[in-house]
Amino acid sequence: MTLNRREALAIAGGALAFAVTGARMAWATAEDTYKAIMAFTGGAEPATGRITLNAPEIAENGNTVPISVSVESPMSAEDHVASVTILAEGNPNPETVTFHFTAMSGEAMASTRIRLAKTQNVIALAKMSDRSVFIDTKEVKVTIGGCGG
Amino acid sequence: MAKVKTRVKLPKKADKGKVITIKTLISHPMESGQRKNKSGNIIPRKIINSFKCAFNDQAVFSCDMEPAISANPYLEFTARVEKSGTFAFTWVDDDGSVYSEDEKITVG
Repeated sequence: MTLNRREALAIAGGALAFAVTGARMAWATAEDTYKAIMAFTGGAEPATGRITLNAPEIAENGNTVPISVSVESPMSAEDHVASVTILAEGNPNPETVTFHFTAMSGEAMASTRIRLAKTQNVIALAKMSDRSVFIDTKEVKVTIGGCGG
Repeated sequence: MAKVKTRVKLPKKADKGKVITIKTLISHPMESGQRKNKSGNIIPRKIINSFKCAFNDQAVFSCDMEPAISANPYLEFTARVEKSGTFAFTWVDDDGSVYSEDEKITVG
């Protein structure tokens, strides 16, 4: 089969459009999650401890999964939790929510409801005012995914 | 679209220096930008992308939200209160709309 220039361009254009939309609907890769972790920590290696992520073991409806996170901290002006981010490894985009705390928060505790596309690990990262980073991970089994079309 | 409604729950009175729990809710579809309509076109993203809570104009808590937050975003967080004053809550929509609510607290 020979193609003239116009046909070749049309096919290439179609393939490109498919690649772009295809990539957009694809699940986040481990690399995306790693990138999101590094973007939050600024390159610091996260340690375990101090942060606790509470999430259900089994979520029947991925559209609304209650999660809560708490971090041990005196929450004083000098030593407090600056921010906490929640990442969902198996979602189209790993980022879900980032909480920013101040010394006026009193406690580093927050909860919300997130969408999970499928059974996956949910990661919580806490960044302290001294820039150290802590991590906690929970696996959530999802019965019905929450990114339906 | 249905009117956006905000709800905030916090104690009316508290002791000085106490840490109180604040619960907020806003009615919003949080359209993720991933779903398709019947004709196969992607429904454009429209979410509440940020939330702020301030006490007497001083920042207490804020959060950045992504499309992975469920519809009708619910948030629960804490604040330490040292004196009477007003909590101001603000939600920002993707389309630029800002929704806000104020709530007074008496400390003593």
